[in-house]
Amino acid sequence: MNPSAEALRATFGSAIGRAVESCGDTIVYVDRAALLDVMAWLRDTPGQQYDYLVDVTAVEYRDRERPLELVYNLRSLDRRVDVRVKVELDPRGDLTVDSIVPLWRGADWLEREVYDMFGVAFRGHPDLRRILMWETYAEGHPLRKDFPLRGRFSRAEQVRQALAANPEAHYSLEELSIAAAYDELPPDMRERLRRGERGKIPHSE
Amino acid sequence: MTKRTVELALATPGLDAQGRPARLPLAAAAREPERHGEPEAGGEHMLLNLGPQHPATHGVLRLVVELDGETVVRVIPHVGYLHSGFEKLGEYRHYNQIIPLTDRTDYLSPMANNVGFALAAEQLMGIELTPRCTVLRVIACEMSRIISHMVWLGTTSIDLGAFTPFLWAFQERERIYNLQEMWTGARLTTSVTRVGGMMADVTDDFVAGLRQFVDTYPKTLHEIDRVLTRNAVWVGRTQGVGAMTAQEAINYSLSGPMLRASGVPYDVRKDRPYLDYDSYEFDVPVGEHGDVYDRYLVRLEECHQSNRILRQALERLPDGPLNVADPRLILPPKSRAMSDMEAMIYHFKQVMEGVKAPVGEAYVGIENPKGELGTYLVSDGTAKPVRWRIRPPSFINLAALPKMAEGHLLSDLIAINASVDIVMGEVDR
Repeated sequence: MNPSAEALRATFGSAIGRAVESCGDTIVYVDRAALLDVMAWLRDTPGQQYDYLVDVTAVEYRDRERPLELVYNLRSLDRRVDVRVKVELDPRGDLTVDSIVPLWRGADWLEREVYDMFGVAFRGHPDLRRILMWETYAEGHPLRKDFPLRGRFSRAEQVRQALAANPEAHYSLEELSIAAAYDELPPDMRERLRRGERGKIPHSE
Repeated sequence: MTKRTVELALATPGLDAQGRPARLPLAAAAREPERHGEPEAGGEHMLLNLGPQHPATHGVLRLVVELDGETVVRVIPHVGYLHSGFEKLGEYRHYNQIIPLTDRTDYLSPMANNVGFALAAEQLMGIELTPRCTVLRVIACEMSRIISHMVWLGTTSIDLGAFTPFLWAFQERERIYNLQEMWTGARLTTSVTRVGGMMADVTDDFVAGLRQFVDTYPKTLHEIDRVLTRNAVWVGRTQGVGAMTAQEAINYSLSGPMLRASGVPYDVRKDRPYLDYDSYEFDVPVGEHGDVYDRYLVRLEECHQSNRILRQALERLPDGPLNVADPRLILPPKSRAMSDMEAMIYHFKQVMEGVKAPVGEAYVGIENPKGELGTYLVSDGTAKPVRWRIRPPSFINLAALPKMAEGHLLSDLIAINASVDIVMGEVDR
């Protein structure tokens, strides 16, 4: 067992849940309120130095009673040690946790993917948008276990939506906020934006 | 610098096409990105849409670029055009049925992806590989590295205006593809591993062919080296472009050649050895400046090192069984399945029920050509994983693109994007 688990318990007390081992990896369960503090402590404390974020992902089990788990794989490049931190969430309850982007910029897209695929909202994320699915995707979060393999909508509805989508209008709010870019857009797109099809326009009317 | 670090200091003073006297040290280069002219006061920025169908975006990547004149102010990448839901599909498939899906993620190194997945499944099930299988998997990984780096070199040199290295690189790739076809019957979709072994053993012809490749391959590398490394245009287009410091590279979770070009000597093969990589002699090239040029040098040197590993693997390739001797894992030969009752039952159970994994989870990271390819498997005791997560190296490396490109020219954005070495099949999965 990785000694960091004991050190975490000594520092954070009851915010640390159980620590288990699986296939040689140590897994520490952390209370969601303490997540950001625990991660900062793991990264910056001498003797821990988990400076590299390997991966952020989530797991939902087939057993509906089991909580949804957020999984953070951390690594210390100098000490050549890994630790896995998990946060348990109620899949039918509030799915909000603190974003760790302030600690690791690399978490940006990884958290967006978890948001896209599982619907977990990351508080404090600079740009929480869908990333693999398109922004107007309305069928839900594909990697949730209640999401059917073929999608929620019928094939006919999926085709209808795909044909109705206007690829030109696929600019994000951030892009639309870029100064003066609005006037450069083609007139038909400007018209659609004015109708509010894709978010707000920063400075017009 | 550690002992295994290969010094890659540039020995070409006075060849900078931009007329810059010497290269900035890494930290300085990254702190002050080169500004080409002051931003115009009150000037209008332009929004440029690059891709998703554009030859220089290496697949269906869409970049929305905010430009001030020709200077990139902001880059907003859009990915997902190639999303196929592999991770979702994997939850409905047996472990061995997932292996064909791994081919299609990073389709420039399919054999290495096969190995990555098989290793994770084997760790989950606690399987010890046979010596012959271990060595063959090393060969598979290193062949993939050569293919992937050759494609990277060819496409990047095209992006930057050099056509000849592209032809040379693709010729070498073709030779590896022929060997791959000889081994697996497929050029791209190899599906070469199985849980507990390999789909097929190699023939003597394959070994002879690979030996011949290993002997002649360095010549091409030297030719590419001679035509690019000290080429004024190449140097001018790549040096000081898209630099990342070691600290930034770690903070952005970069891996593979991207991380090492920034001066972090981390290679999964050395630092978390899998298969029998700890018993091979090879060096890990590490860059100093973290720019596009250093990424090129690192990848070029990695090709030499892969060749070295291949040579050692060929020398040590042991005889003996290929697959583990467990009839619950490995399909019996067809002739036995048709004549022996017991073998037929095992065959039936494997095909119909699959191989069950014990409750638990495993994460295995392997050094893929693009970076660390992680496979995270969670099992609830059935024959299908609850969760199959790919840690996609090019997805994570691509996330640093806006950071690298801001402040550079639009044409540098193409060089930087090429230097990330992305495969959209893996970015979008």
